[in-house]
Amino acid sequence: MEMPSPNPAVLARKARLAARLQSVLPSDAVIQDEAETRAYECDALTAYRCPPLLAVLPRTTQEVSAVLRICHEEGVPVVPRGAGTSLAGGALPTADCVILGVARMNEVLETDYRNRIIRVQTGRTNLSVSGAVEEEEFFYAPDPSSQLACAIAGNIAMNSGGAHCLKYGVTTNNLLGVTMVMMDGTVVEIGGAHLDAGGLDLLGVICGSEGQLGVVTEATLRILRKPEGARPVLIGFDSNEVAGACVSDIIKAGVLPVAIEFMDRPCIEACEAFAKAGYPMCEALLIIEVEGSPAEIDHQLGLIIGIAKSHNPVELREAGDADEAARIWLGRKSAFGAMGQINDYMCLDGTIPVSSLPFVLRRIGEMSKEFGLDVANVFHAGDGNMHPLILFDANKPGDLETCEAFGAEILKLCVEAGGCLTGEHGVGIEKRDLMLHQYSEADLEAQLKVKDVFDPKWLLNPSKVFPLPVTEGRRAVALAAE
Amino acid sequence: MMTPGSEAELAEAIAGANGPLCIQGGGSRGLAVEGDVLSTRGLSGVELYEPGALTLVVKAGTPVAEVETLLAAQNQQLAFEPMDHRGMLGTEGEPTIGGVIAANVSGPRRIQAGAARDHLLGVRFVDGSGQAVKNGGRVMKNVTGYDLVKLMCGAHGTLGVLTEVSLKVLPRAEASATVTVTGVDLPGAIRMMSAALGSPYDVTGAAYDADTYQVHVRVEGFQDSAAYRSAKLVELLSPSGLAEVREDAGVLWKGIRDVSAFDSRPGDIWRISVKPSDAADLAPRLEAEALQFDWGGGLIWALVPDGTDLRARINVPGHATLVRASQDTRARLGVFQPQPAPLAAISAGLRSQFDPRSILNPGLMG
Repeated sequence: MEMPSPNPAVLARKARLAARLQSVLPSDAVIQDEAETRAYECDALTAYRCPPLLAVLPRTTQEVSAVLRICHEEGVPVVPRGAGTSLAGGALPTADCVILGVARMNEVLETDYRNRIIRVQTGRTNLSVSGAVEEEEFFYAPDPSSQLACAIAGNIAMNSGGAHCLKYGVTTNNLLGVTMVMMDGTVVEIGGAHLDAGGLDLLGVICGSEGQLGVVTEATLRILRKPEGARPVLIGFDSNEVAGACVSDIIKAGVLPVAIEFMDRPCIEACEAFAKAGYPMCEALLIIEVEGSPAEIDHQLGLIIGIAKSHNPVELREAGDADEAARIWLGRKSAFGAMGQINDYMCLDGTIPVSSLPFVLRRIGEMSKEFGLDVANVFHAGDGNMHPLILFDANKPGDLETCEAFGAEILKLCVEAGGCLTGEHGVGIEKRDLMLHQYSEADLEAQLKVKDVFDPKWLLNPSKVFPLPVTEGRRAVALAAE
Repeated sequence: MMTPGSEAELAEAIAGANGPLCIQGGGSRGLAVEGDVLSTRGLSGVELYEPGALTLVVKAGTPVAEVETLLAAQNQQLAFEPMDHRGMLGTEGEPTIGGVIAANVSGPRRIQAGAARDHLLGVRFVDGSGQAVKNGGRVMKNVTGYDLVKLMCGAHGTLGVLTEVSLKVLPRAEASATVTVTGVDLPGAIRMMSAALGSPYDVTGAAYDADTYQVHVRVEGFQDSAAYRSAKLVELLSPSGLAEVREDAGVLWKGIRDVSAFDSRPGDIWRISVKPSDAADLAPRLEAEALQFDWGGGLIWALVPDGTDLRARINVPGHATLVRASQDTRARLGVFQPQPAPLAAISAGLRSQFDPRSILNPGLMG
């Protein structure tokens, strides 16, 4: 993966830059020792590493503003970082950048149950936002599988989703307002506790912009009252086609489950070997969860089971109690751990129209043989968000490259099937070079124009999202202006 | 009036324009500006509808009524419940889906299902220099590149003219039940709606009619479920049993959606979005002739004498849109709330990037 070569003029300015940053931050908030900056050399895409020039850990919006103003004046690129859990390399540094970590900004600023909102500093972890309102039986809906560790800042940058977004939407649907610091240090407030921020939907374009438009330091999030209860059902089928048809029929029948998870045979086998959840050995497994009062749950599951039975399932297991529900989820929730025990893996998140599911799974199976690497599929079937996990051996020369080439082919397949490169992880560096498969140059140019407005000097996370040759002219102009 | 029949023709029309263009779908929402009318009505028709995937791709000039009929045949709907402005404004055009999206028009269900922008999966549009652009797609989850889909929704044609939109559709509920509590003052109504929306009963509408002192709370779903939840809401909102439950309140919610109470009354109409708990204190300050509340109190519709600058009376965060007024008042006060300087600068920057000649609905949004 190519990254732009560091700007020697910036590297030469390290001492001066560190001194200026120390003048506006507490002494322990500027990290310049080479052993310590190494802690920020990568995110969860660990195959790529590069220690930053410096890292800073501000505690307030004002400190973030001061940092950005200095970096703007000095012409230094800034890479914002939440909890560093990006699977796409969204927080990968360059050698000439300052990492701006929001980890110390983790306060709850306001909880307001009457208006159903919470305002937090964005370094707070996703799960701890729900934790802060749990006592009153509320929760924050987007639930990426890294929710124990990932920060709201990163969720906003990547517009993160999760297993329950078929009903509750993704981050952008649950974000009501932000305090954001622009690259030149200007602090802006967008939206708030009221619905639909006025003017152009700037909130909408900031969410998912991968830290390239500004640094979001505080967020107003929608919280929801927990449903009375939830219960899953597990259904096994002897073909992917039939499982796909069952999902489509359930949706057409007017049932909207909170989650529809799909696992294929390689995934079922790996999860069962790891978690011993008692899954049946079959070609495709669906876990479908519905919410409501006990009677409402019974009614919805009755409809779902009726539809499933018309597709001749090989297994049908309804959770009778909380313990059985936990066992149904156990294997699915262990999927990533199970894969990690077998080998190194790369997790993709291309999204496809649900109707293309059987075709896409068949092609992935064929490609697996062509590339000689195993792949297991687990995904959010209600919204077509796939998660192919490609297994490879990082210690075997050439295996990572083969895996990346295989992954790229899967993502191109997703686009050809009418879908997209990434449903919830973001582009980062990982899918940057595939962008022209989904969008034309004119389509990308329209996106670049947005960055030109928010960050005219192209200093915020500049080497991500877009193919480097596409942004080269803009980055070069920014450099030349120094 | 220019009525191009394809995206390519529309791009030519924009590239060849040498003055301001008034971008129009059905022209029912009263947002016309001075300039040559560029209509999207020639771009009509469904490109793709997959009920099993909850997705619809449709050309921008397609009538909303046509979309709703198509969806209803499969027991599906546009869950954001777009309002129809014709009664309030006395306009006669045929509302288009592109107009709904360009203006981010939502209705009572916005509090539970989200706004129009939350159901928009993809767009095609032509920018102010005549360049056709695609963003998003037809799948529910898509974080590939910047979300210009949201940016275009609610931009009122000022950044580009929509040619095609791709939408998430949802099942239409089997049943609906509305709990109505009568004789409630505004502070009591706000508290009641807040309690209902903070309950686990999945409320899809919470409105207050200040003329009749009635709170209306709606639940939707399967028959038994709607009955169960409406009974629970009666217990929660009116333990003494003064609440009435109705299953056939479709006309009532259509009236709330379209604010029909104001249809035949003279005066300017403002639409104000605030934090629901601010509504009770704000309402008397507005000195309005009539008020209607939706979204649990977060959406206030105010009827005031012609020419009133209502924004000057609002002392809480939020924004106010001038929906019905004379041309003079609109020109003097602006349809949309002016933004703080840094945001206004960003918006102006975006407009000059996407519409460098300032020909797309110039002046409408600043």
